[in-house]
Amino acid sequence: MQRFSGLSLIRRGLNGQRGWQPQWRRAEPKPDYDAIIVGGGGHGLGAAFYLAKEHGITRVAVLEKGWIGGGNTGRNTTIIRSNYLFDESAALYDHSVQLWESLSQVLNYNVMFSQRGVMMLAHTVHDVQVSQRHVHANRANGVDNEWLTSEEARAHCPLLKVDDIRYPVLGAAFQRRGGTARHDAVAWAFARAADALGVDIIENCEVLGIRRDAGGAVSGVDTTRGTIRAPRIGVSAAGHSSVIMRMAGVDLPIESYPLQALVSEPVKPIFPCVVMSNTIHAYISQSDKGEMVIGAGTDAYTSYTQRGGLHISRHALEAICELFPMFRRLRMLRSWGGIVDVTPDRSPIIAKTPVPGLYVNCGWGTGGFKATPGAAHLLAWTIAHDAPHPINAPFTIERFRDGNLIDEAAAAAVAH
Amino acid sequence: MLLINCPYCGERPELEFVHGGQAHIARPGSPAECSDQQWADYLYRRDNIKGVHAERWRHTHGCGRFFNALRDTTSDQFLATYKIGEQPPVPAQAQPRKATA
Repeated sequence: MQRFSGLSLIRRGLNGQRGWQPQWRRAEPKPDYDAIIVGGGGHGLGAAFYLAKEHGITRVAVLEKGWIGGGNTGRNTTIIRSNYLFDESAALYDHSVQLWESLSQVLNYNVMFSQRGVMMLAHTVHDVQVSQRHVHANRANGVDNEWLTSEEARAHCPLLKVDDIRYPVLGAAFQRRGGTARHDAVAWAFARAADALGVDIIENCEVLGIRRDAGGAVSGVDTTRGTIRAPRIGVSAAGHSSVIMRMAGVDLPIESYPLQALVSEPVKPIFPCVVMSNTIHAYISQSDKGEMVIGAGTDAYTSYTQRGGLHISRHALEAICELFPMFRRLRMLRSWGGIVDVTPDRSPIIAKTPVPGLYVNCGWGTGGFKATPGAAHLLAWTIAHDAPHPINAPFTIERFRDGNLIDEAAAAAVAH
Repeated sequence: MLLINCPYCGERPELEFVHGGQAHIARPGSPAECSDQQWADYLYRRDNIKGVHAERWRHTHGCGRFFNALRDTTSDQFLATYKIGEQPPVPAQAQPRKATA
């Protein structure tokens, strides 16, 4: 692997940018591997990287039906935070934030992780109480979060209009360790680092079936590029998790919905943090390129269309224009949708399945990007040990049967 | 914005409707006799079909009545709508189970 450094940038810059190599090989599928990861997004590529790096399992293939990072990894609004209410969630998401903090160094790739802070607005007495409960619960779990008055919120983010609006801002919860990262770079960085350790990244390779041996354990997958054998399969397929897992006869408590986002034309740096509003439902940050990145809610019905209804994104824009009146004059450049896999309690599943050798990382719903390194790390651990890490042990499929929900849906610090 | 054909009122914009989730899920008659797995399946397990999906809608800002629909979740095209208690006019396409032994 060609290592990146300031020196290498200067040298190539003086040399007309000649001599750069492709960042990963265009691998052809081999007949068999020690493990297969289905899904070449950040979660899947990261799992392959951690399998190779931390568990010495390097005969790994990542199978991606399109191009890597072309699914939800490239469709989210890049927000990273760990201010979840319940102990299990706080441990899970903060595990991820801790990995984010050193990810650029570990992967030798600038993922542009920026801890600019995530501000979650409170507009009603109920919001204030819920937000303050989150602040206290987070701090008890060692996760930073603080309460800002509306004046303090506006002092930090001067564009924010806190009064003379339909839902005045009464205060905000602010997690300073939260922020954003460059989502494409995350996929590319994990792909490059995994490839350097021997992982095969196979694009344009759609899984059509999961093979099982006489004992019921997985033995490989049928794909558009032939049959590939492996005794261990990790599925990290986001909105298509139900489709893939059903190939092995595993039913999931998941429904897939479109979730939309938009970006504006690029403007000069004007926005210091991420601002989210649960009640009037919008979130916004500024990319390093200058675009305002805006997230909308999910559509009301299940779908695989990666599109979503216009009235949903319009609703988000109305909320943004209410909070930031100067953005009324911004022109939107692009909008798109991704398909998110939503569980009943809005917490993910990272677990062994009833099928031996089959592992799943799914159910991240509207908030999977922030968990990319953490989920990848825990899926790799679960595959390597055939047992969950203590952090993901509560996030089973069976929790829905046993009543051990981790109900971030009810506790939501953000609308779904 | 979708146009949805309410079987009672005719075509109306999607904004008048509320999606009611997967159709034809019967509540177990005797919940106390269900196993935990059966009850969890009733509460939480959904087909989440990529293809033709049978689902409930309610014409909330219209006649207020529930009805069923067949919609292709890969295109959002409605193939049919029908009243509660009626059979789907064309069989809902089941997700092919591709597990191989």
